[in-house]
Amino acid sequence: MKKFLTGNEAVARGAYEAGVTYASAYPGTPSTEILENIAPFKEHMYAEWAPNEKVALETAIGASIAGARALSAMKHVGVNVAADPLFTYSYTGVNGGLVLVSADDPGMHSSQNEQDNRYYAKFAKLAMLEPSDSQEAKDFVKVALEISEKYDKPVLLRVTTRICHSKTLVELGEREEVEIKPYKKNIPKYVASPANARVLHIKVEERLKQLEKFSNETDLNKIEWNDKKIGIVTSGIAYQYAKEVFGDNVSYLKLGFTYPLPMKKIKEFADQVETLYVIEELEPYIEEQMKAAGIKCIGKELIPRIGELNPDIIAKAILKEERPMIKYSEAEVVGRPPTLCAGCPHRGFFYMLSKKKNVMITGDIGCYTLGSAQPLSSMDTCICMGASVSAGHGAQKAFSFNGVDKKVIGVIGDSTFFHSGVTGLMDIVYNKGNAVTVILDNRITGMTGHQENPGTGYTLQGEKTHAINIPMLCEAVGVKKENIFIINPLNLDDCNKTIDEAFSKKEPTVIITEWPCVLKKPSPEDIEKFGNKKIICKVDEEKCKACRICTKTGCPAISFDEKAKINEDMCVGCDVCLQACPFDAIVKVGE
Amino acid sequence: MSGVKNILLVGVGGQGIILASKILSQGLISAGYDVKMSEVHGMAQRGGSVTTQVRFGKKVYSPIIGKGQADIVVSFEKMETLRWLDHLKIGGKVVVNDYEIPSAPILVGDAKYPENVISILEEKASTTVFKAAEIAKELGNIRTMNIVMLGALTKAMGLKDVAWEKILKNNVKEKFVDVNIQALRKGMEQVEE
Ligand code: SF4
Ligand code: SF4
Repeated sequence: MKKFLTGNEAVARGAYEAGVTYASAYPGTPSTEILENIAPFKEHMYAEWAPNEKVALETAIGASIAGARALSAMKHVGVNVAADPLFTYSYTGVNGGLVLVSADDPGMHSSQNEQDNRYYAKFAKLAMLEPSDSQEAKDFVKVALEISEKYDKPVLLRVTTRICHSKTLVELGEREEVEIKPYKKNIPKYVASPANARVLHIKVEERLKQLEKFSNETDLNKIEWNDKKIGIVTSGIAYQYAKEVFGDNVSYLKLGFTYPLPMKKIKEFADQVETLYVIEELEPYIEEQMKAAGIKCIGKELIPRIGELNPDIIAKAILKEERPMIKYSEAEVVGRPPTLCAGCPHRGFFYMLSKKKNVMITGDIGCYTLGSAQPLSSMDTCICMGASVSAGHGAQKAFSFNGVDKKVIGVIGDSTFFHSGVTGLMDIVYNKGNAVTVILDNRITGMTGHQENPGTGYTLQGEKTHAINIPMLCEAVGVKKENIFIINPLNLDDCNKTIDEAFSKKEPTVIITEWPCVLKKPSPEDIEKFGNKKIICKVDEEKCKACRICTKTGCPAISFDEKAKINEDMCVGCDVCLQACPFDAIVKVGE
Repeated sequence: MSGVKNILLVGVGGQGIILASKILSQGLISAGYDVKMSEVHGMAQRGGSVTTQVRFGKKVYSPIIGKGQADIVVSFEKMETLRWLDHLKIGGKVVVNDYEIPSAPILVGDAKYPENVISILEEKASTTVFKAAEIAKELGNIRTMNIVMLGALTKAMGLKDVAWEKILKNNVKEKFVDVNIQALRKGMEQVEE
C-alpha cells in the first residue's frame, strides 16, 4: 500500500517497520513530528519527550546497550546539546542498533543558525545516511539500524527541512519484530575510561575502514549513467533538485550513504565523465573530501553555501539559465512577520517589561522570542536554549564588576527552563548573582506545536504523570521562597510591581508567570486552575481618543483606522489592551 | 520538467491552507499522478505568511516550485498574492480570495495595506477574484473558507474527474462534512470553465 507521507512521518513509519522499541526526543522544528508519529504505535514502541536532547540521546543509548533498537531525533542545533554522549557512544559501539536523526534547517526557516550536521558524522566518526525523499527516509531507518548492529556504530540519519516537511508517496511494509538482544555486562566496551577508550579508538578506526568498504559496495550509493559529458555527485534533497534541472541528460552519482564517503566509487565515476560537478546544499562537505582525495570537481565556486538550495539556483549557476518572471513592484508588499497570538499570555508581561528603562533582557528560544519584534521589542539577546538565564548571569556580573548600573532580566519558557534553564539558575544561586530570571510558564511547549513537557502532567503517549512544580524546583536549587513570585501575566499592574520588586532585590530572584497558551487544548487541571470563560473585548468608539496606546501591545486582533478596532473573531478577551487603554475605552462583553 | 504541473497555495497562518493542500494532493494521487507537496511549519504558523506547494505529473523530483514556474497561484489572502507573484509562470493563472488580513506592521500603523492589489494582479495575469470569506460565512462557518478556495482551485485547474467530495469526507470531522461539501460546490461555482 502506498501512503502520502512527510519525511518525518516516514521516519516514524520506518522505526515501526524496523522493530524499534525505544524512541526519545526533544521537540524542535523541523524534527518534532517524528516522535509525534511514533507515539501512536504504543503497543510496539515506547516513546517519550525528554527534557533536552542530551537526555534524549543518553536514554536511547541506555536502551541500545540494553539490547533494544533505539531512535533519537532532534533538530540540528539539538545535536550540539547531545554531542557529548554522541562522541563517546561512537567509541563504545552499540548493542541494539541506534539511529540518531538530525533534522537540519537550510534556509533557517525556524532556527538560529544554519549549521551543516554532516560534519558531525565525520567529527564523531559515525556512519551517516542521507535520504532524498520520504520513501528513502522510511527505508533508510531500517538500513541504518542494520548497519548500526553489523558495524557496531551509532548511525546518523541526516535529513533537512524539505525532507521533513515535504510529502511524497511511500510504499509501506510490515513490521519486523526484532528481539531485544541479550545484555551482557561488558566493562571494556561500555566503560569509556581512558584505558578502555584508548583501545576503543583503535577499533573505531578499524570499523571506519570497513564502513568505507561498505560505502563503496552498497547501492545506497548508486551511479545513474546517461550522457558522460556531465557528471554530478549529489546527496539528499539536492539530488532531486539536480534531477529536476538536468533530468536524464547527465550522469549521476547519488550518495545515500555519506560517511564514510565511497571514495573509490567517486573516483571511478569522476574518471568517466568530462566535467564533474558536486551539487550539495550548505557546506562543501562532499567536495572538500573529494578535493582532498585529489579529485577535480566544481562545487561551491558555483553553488552557494548559504541558504536553502533549489532547482532555480542550480539552473542559474550551472546552465546560466534564468526563467522569465512577472515583474511588479515589491515595495507594495508589506512584510508579514510572525507575531505572538491574540491573547498570548506572554504579551502582557512583555508589554510591561518593554516600559522599563536601563534594562538588558536576555531572551531564549520559543514563541516568546517573538517578544523581540516590534512594538514590544523586549529582548536584547537570543543565543540558544537556556542561554537567557546563564547569559543574563554573565552580563549582570560583568556590569556590576565593571561598575555599570544596569538591571538584567532573563526570560525563558517552561519547557526551555527544564531543557537547560535550570542549570543556569543554579549558576546564579551558587555564584551569588542577581540577574532576575523570568519563567514564562504557558503550561505547554508552544512554539513547536504543543508538546507535553515535565511541567504539564502528561506524557507523550498520553498518560497522566507527575508534574514538576516549578516554584518548588527553584526553591530546591536555592532561591529563597520570598524571592519567588508567581503572577498572572495578563495582570499588568502585578507584572509592573513584581518586576520592580525583583529589580530591588540583591539576591537571586525568580518571577514565574502562569497562564496557558491560548492555542493549548486545556487539560482538566488547566480548567480547574484558570477557568474557562468566554469573553471578548470591544472598543467603545465614543470614548476612544485615538491615542493608539492599545496598538503598542502588539496584539494582532487590534487594528487602527481613525479609532481602534478589535477583531472579534480573533479576540479571546485577555484584556491586556483594556488595561493599557488610559481612557477606559475598551470594555468586556459576554461576561 | 515538462508535464509537471505546479500549484502554489499562499495565505496566512491559521487559514487552513495545509488541510486544503492535503485534500488536493490526495485527489491528485487518486487520479494516478505522482505528487509531491511541501509545507511550511514552525514560526510561520504564528500569523506569518504561509505557503504550500503541490507538484504533480508522471514523475516529480523537486518538492518545491521555483520562481516563474507556478501554473496557478491560489491565494487565500489578497496581499499574499503579490508576495508570491514572482513564482507565477508568465501566462499562468491567479485565483484570489478578496480578503484582507492586515499584518503586524499595518496593525501598528507603520505601513499601509496596499490599495490596488486586484488591479495589479489583473494587469499581470489571468485573474479570478471572489469573496471566499463571505461565502463561507453565509454557509455558517467562516472556517470553511479554505474549502471554498479548494473548490475554486479544482475547477480552475480542470480537475473534474476526481471524487473530491469523498476525499473531503475522509478529512473533516463528521459533523462538518455537509457544510464543507457545500463550501466545495460554492467554490467550484466561482470559476468559469
Ligand atoms: S502559540 Fe501560545 S505561546 Fe505561542 S504565541 Fe500563541 S498563545 Fe503565545
Ligand atoms: S488605547 Fe484606548 S483610547 Fe487609545 S486608541 Fe486604544 S482604545 Fe482608543
